[in-house]
Amino acid sequence: MNQANSLRTGPDETGHFGLYGGRFVAETLMPLILDLEAAYNAARHDPAYRAELTSLNTHYTGRPSPLYFAERLTERFGGAKIYFKREELNHTGSHKINNCLGQILLARRMGKTRIIAETGAGQHGVATATVCARFGLPCVVYMGATDVERQAPNVFRMKLLGAEVVPVTAGAGTLKDAMNEALRDWVTNVADTYYLIGTAAGPHPYPAMVRDFQSIIGTELREQFMEAEGRLPDAIVACVGGGSNAIGIFHPFLDDREVAIYGAEAGGYGLDVEDGHCASMSGGRPGVLHGNRTYLLQNADGQILEGHSISAGLDYPGVGPEHSFLKDTGRVTYVPITDNEALEAFQLCTKLEGIIPALESAHGLAQVMKLAPTMEKNQTIVLSLSGRGDKDVNTVAKHLGVTL
Amino acid sequence: MSNRIANRFAKCTEEGRPALVTFVTAGDPDLETSQKIIDGLVDAGADVIELGMPFSDPMADGPAIQAAGQRALGAGQDMHKTLGMVKAFRKHDAETPIVLMGYYNPIYIYGVDKFLDDAVAAGVDGLIVVDLPAEEDSELCVPAIAKGINFIRLTTPTTDDKRLAKVLKNTSGFVYYVSMTGITGAALTNRRKVGDAVKRIKSHTDLPVAVGFGIKTADDAAAIGRDADGVVVGTALVRAIETSLEGGKASAYTVAAVHGLVRDLAEGVADARR
Repeated sequence: MNQANSLRTGPDETGHFGLYGGRFVAETLMPLILDLEAAYNAARHDPAYRAELTSLNTHYTGRPSPLYFAERLTERFGGAKIYFKREELNHTGSHKINNCLGQILLARRMGKTRIIAETGAGQHGVATATVCARFGLPCVVYMGATDVERQAPNVFRMKLLGAEVVPVTAGAGTLKDAMNEALRDWVTNVADTYYLIGTAAGPHPYPAMVRDFQSIIGTELREQFMEAEGRLPDAIVACVGGGSNAIGIFHPFLDDREVAIYGAEAGGYGLDVEDGHCASMSGGRPGVLHGNRTYLLQNADGQILEGHSISAGLDYPGVGPEHSFLKDTGRVTYVPITDNEALEAFQLCTKLEGIIPALESAHGLAQVMKLAPTMEKNQTIVLSLSGRGDKDVNTVAKHLGVTL
Repeated sequence: MSNRIANRFAKCTEEGRPALVTFVTAGDPDLETSQKIIDGLVDAGADVIELGMPFSDPMADGPAIQAAGQRALGAGQDMHKTLGMVKAFRKHDAETPIVLMGYYNPIYIYGVDKFLDDAVAAGVDGLIVVDLPAEEDSELCVPAIAKGINFIRLTTPTTDDKRLAKVLKNTSGFVYYVSMTGITGAALTNRRKVGDAVKRIKSHTDLPVAVGFGIKTADDAAAIGRDADGVVVGTALVRAIETSLEGGKASAYTVAAVHGLVRDLAEGVADARR
């Protein structure tokens, strides 16, 4: 693939992926993100930094995460061979730790002494609280009040890890509101605080930096899949909220045009229900929020909608800017998956494979379930199984009418 | 370029006092009350009017201005109505500068060119857009200046001398110095530091420098106004609206509450250099 036609060269030096991305932040934060960009560029070329991250990935997280052949799901659908890239087996139970380790080492290099983060499902909050415990740094996690309620086990985990969890009551009390509040904290505590963003969104350099840390998923997959099948997979599927696990598994394959790539967005109650979903690319349009231009759910006046998803981790009205770029180029196909489709996939995976997936990942699995039967038996499809579903059992029980 | 801002600051300087810059959110608590509030601001002593364009996600604002935006949006405020308020104001006041302040997305969705044309037609003099730093000047700042609308930039305690040149490059009208790192409505911490910062900025530009964030009382306004060419008061006025409400709606005292506070602040401003 020659460089000129590569989809893997972004962002440009001003942080843009085509129309998307950028640095739409208040002046107070601008010097901070410029510092961060310089520090990240220095760190990623520093062998000592890379060696420390690699060592933590191996011994703390447990990488590489396994590639698993989901034999019974494959039999069930009678089409393509289904594989899982098992990020849910990572320490803390999701892909979020990949990014948190990279950023906490960076925060330490920058001499920052206080860490803040936003969280939706609590997976990023738990991963952040974990690395803060590991490195002895105080940690404040902003979490929407609605999410605090529906993800209670993760809230307790964060507190056990020593983090302060601040419930955010503004708006609908979900991830968007938590991110607003984290930005307000950062703009107030500029000198000592590092904002550890959990997804591949926000002002430059966050989308590129988080993608780089998460690309270990796709890089490992490439090698593991060659070993297992002697070629590249025919299709890759991941769920997309902000889109960090997705960009992580997609990015190393973007220039391999023979690999079909699908992102599963949160279709909620369905795209025809106003403000009833979080499929920002399938049902929104470009706008500017949280430091970047990207597809957003918004009304005709440019006011951001709250959206809805059964999955707290996908309950965000925007998406990382590189996904917006990949949607417009047509390289990645983004599809909405409804709450009910995700719930079905959640149960089927649990029963047939003995793996309880996160509700977020179950959105990806629902898309796999649609694709696999349409593919040939000698074809292959890989799901990014981004997180485990223990945290979701209360939510699922409620939706199935079961009282625990 | 609209001259109302320059003229008004020049007039205040002539009078030996800083300008009183007042912020309220357009449409708070409802369109009719909000129009009455801005229509009476000048008689109460305001020199420059900042009108907030409400946004669902005001990342740089504290709880008071967040709530004001929610009240306005809840009452049906949108960009068309905000521009309509400016147009209605201009029918009886051709001199007082009006600056629209807010976040970029509602402007972007309205359409930058259409927004600028409609803003010029309505009689808008300047824009303050919190989430458009100098790095994004091509989005709105450069087109606004080309159409004769001032683009007023925020400078903050994190804007060092090296960066200040970049920030001031396309700034026009006045420079808005944010007195602290933080969100609107926080407490003013160190007045002397603010004065030093204003002097530092003035050594880089001939534009007037107004100071905002944390100025709540006539005494605050007088103290900050010793060094600054203008003092900006927002949260205190928005709080005056909030406390005047009955059952979440405008009461008979809402308009008077705001204008009463503006009168106090105007006295503080008048005393600043005596």
